[in-house]
Amino acid sequence: MGSYLPGIFTPHRKGTKDVSVARIENVQTVTIPMSMHIGKPAKPVVKVGDLVKVGTKIGEADGKISSDIYASVSGKVVRLADFLLSNGATTTAVVIEADGEMTKEDVSAPVINSREDFIAAVKQSGVVGLGGAGFPTHVKLDVPAEKIDYLLINGAECEPYITSDSVTMLTRRDDILYAINALNRYLGVKNIIIGLEKSNKKVIAAMQELAASVSGFSVTVKVLPDKYPQGGEKVLVYHATGRKIPAGKLPIDIGCVVLNSTSVAAIGSYLRTGMPLVKKCITVEGGAVKQPQNVIAPVGTPLKELFELCGGFKEEPVKIIYGGPMMGITVPNADVPVIKNTNAILALTKKEAKQPKSTACIRCGACVNTCPFGLAPVNIAEAYEKEDVDALNNLSVNACMECGCCSFVCPGNRPLVQINKLSKNLIREKAAKEGNKS
Amino acid sequence: MSALSTVTVSPHIHSGKTTARIMLDVLIALLPATIAGTVIFGWKALAVVAVCVVCCVGFEALFNLASKKEQTVGDLSAAVTGLLLALNLPVDVPLWQCAVGSLFAIILVKCLFGGLGCNLVNPAITARVFMLVAFSSLAVPSFPVDAVASATPLSSETMPSLLDLFLGNHGGAIGETCAPALLLGGIYLLVRRVITWHVPVLYIATVFVFSLFMEGFDAVAALSMILSGGLFIGAFFMATDYTTSPYTARGKVIFAVGAGLLTCLIRYFGTYPEGVSFAILFMNILNPYICKWTKRKVFAAGGEEK
Repeated sequence: MGSYLPGIFTPHRKGTKDVSVARIENVQTVTIPMSMHIGKPAKPVVKVGDLVKVGTKIGEADGKISSDIYASVSGKVVRLADFLLSNGATTTAVVIEADGEMTKEDVSAPVINSREDFIAAVKQSGVVGLGGAGFPTHVKLDVPAEKIDYLLINGAECEPYITSDSVTMLTRRDDILYAINALNRYLGVKNIIIGLEKSNKKVIAAMQELAASVSGFSVTVKVLPDKYPQGGEKVLVYHATGRKIPAGKLPIDIGCVVLNSTSVAAIGSYLRTGMPLVKKCITVEGGAVKQPQNVIAPVGTPLKELFELCGGFKEEPVKIIYGGPMMGITVPNADVPVIKNTNAILALTKKEAKQPKSTACIRCGACVNTCPFGLAPVNIAEAYEKEDVDALNNLSVNACMECGCCSFVCPGNRPLVQINKLSKNLIREKAAKEGNKS
Repeated sequence: MSALSTVTVSPHIHSGKTTARIMLDVLIALLPATIAGTVIFGWKALAVVAVCVVCCVGFEALFNLASKKEQTVGDLSAAVTGLLLALNLPVDVPLWQCAVGSLFAIILVKCLFGGLGCNLVNPAITARVFMLVAFSSLAVPSFPVDAVASATPLSSETMPSLLDLFLGNHGGAIGETCAPALLLGGIYLLVRRVITWHVPVLYIATVFVFSLFMEGFDAVAALSMILSGGLFIGAFFMATDYTTSPYTARGKVIFAVGAGLLTCLIRYFGTYPEGVSFAILFMNILNPYICKWTKRKVFAAGGEEK
């Protein structure tokens, strides 16, 4: 195994880790989009006027790669509305007016006797990749047992501000332990590695204790450097196992399955209680927030309710972000809802969001030397300017995970990761054009 | 919340390390050498510095105005070029020649090639080489032979003592003689992570080892070789110029060793007593190829690896 991949030191700003967790119990309306995962949107199975409880299925997985969706409050379905997703696509959202009772659906722990039962249970849980990607978890796990050499639990929260995974690992050890045992029993997973960053000492201790309590198979904690992006799937797999995921391949192609730590907790919770994923622990942070803290909120709660619970704004935020400041997605206002894979919402002040002016490239190579994958954004930008698709392919731009290290360190603050994204588009467009011709 | 907030593509934060800040660091790092040069060579040194800096910044501003480009003097790179050029000139250089050198550095070498980041060779170095060839005031052995500024050690029969060499109490260009001042600045750049150790350490080490062989393993003579001429200022401040030197560690190694060998070849076998400027200039020309040869390997580009 080689040395650690490069990356960058970002500010941590993990102040919410040691603050108590708040809960939103009483929300008036939730908006639950049918696409909170990668793959086909779920099909709504409720209609306007239907009464639902917490845990009532409102969306049915459609096709192989999709996920079930459940009501997060009890109340009445008032609308099936078009909903604009942050990626620009439109989907249907189920709008539920809460009755304030939070009455739970009559659920019980699933009966599991086989591998198939287990996969079905994970599907029923509605769990997707909660680190942000939202890939349906049951699809990831539905692989032959002998193909899985390692199951990695991603506890690396490398983005600044975000602590919701850490808080989950500290407060839901029972769920995690339960899920780990089930993964071993039903999938035959023998090697489980929990990846955590070095500075996350409390969680390391907690997970080491948890690992020690397991017998019959191996659970270990891999301590990772305090550098961004340790939570990147390829980075984590390489640092924990020494294996490299080639561009365009999946972890399973090299014998690994990666699950986010909160996803694991959500699986455990479903297996124990039968209550699917209907609420989420979310870090509410940013300089504009009065009392930053983690908030457990029903899926579909508007962001503004979370901000209000945290005391509102000290000053008007200029940017509101889903996720972290390195890869998160900005939204135009705080009326949008939290979804399954929201792990943080940030309200940045003018000062925090301030970017230096974009100036000339001085060919310092900072982008090249920090890229975890050894790409050369400086050369990619040149090739993009010339629309040279062959050069872009030679520069392996498709291997870029869009972590943003290059843009973060660029002294000219050039839009490097943005150009990488555009370059991928350019390659796709050209391939599509050529496909049409032939 | 009434107003819509800004929607941009990630990342939403920046390291804060900007080009202007880097250039400011280089100016700060050159301060000790500038002060030492003034102490050693007198107030005239400051006049040379002032003329070069003002001319370089002024020419860049004028060029941007004339070509209707965005003003770039705020990035401080022109000031760095001016200061470096001044520190590479002897104290008695006529001031009009400083102005001509600055014009050469900024307009010919930098602006006409597209400005900061687009120049092929280091502007200050190239201007110095131009002045060395064009003006007799720079050409050895016309360094004034007097108490403070005696003949540049490399062309002299009687070398100054090692201590004098180290402290810079000998002839040469304004900013190149005082090794402790240059070291201080170099360490500042290393601490601020503006440069890495590769180029300065390997450049100086290569010259030392080569000289050791040439001087019949006389360590004192070899030490004199690395302390005289423009090696320190070249190794720390000129050969580390981002735009004209490689950015990978492997590239830096090739660049530094190459510059070291060329410096020694010119010093021992050439007609010019000093080879640092020429050596860096030649390596500047090779730089695009070194960058090409020393690309970083793309992670798992070679397909499946277990």
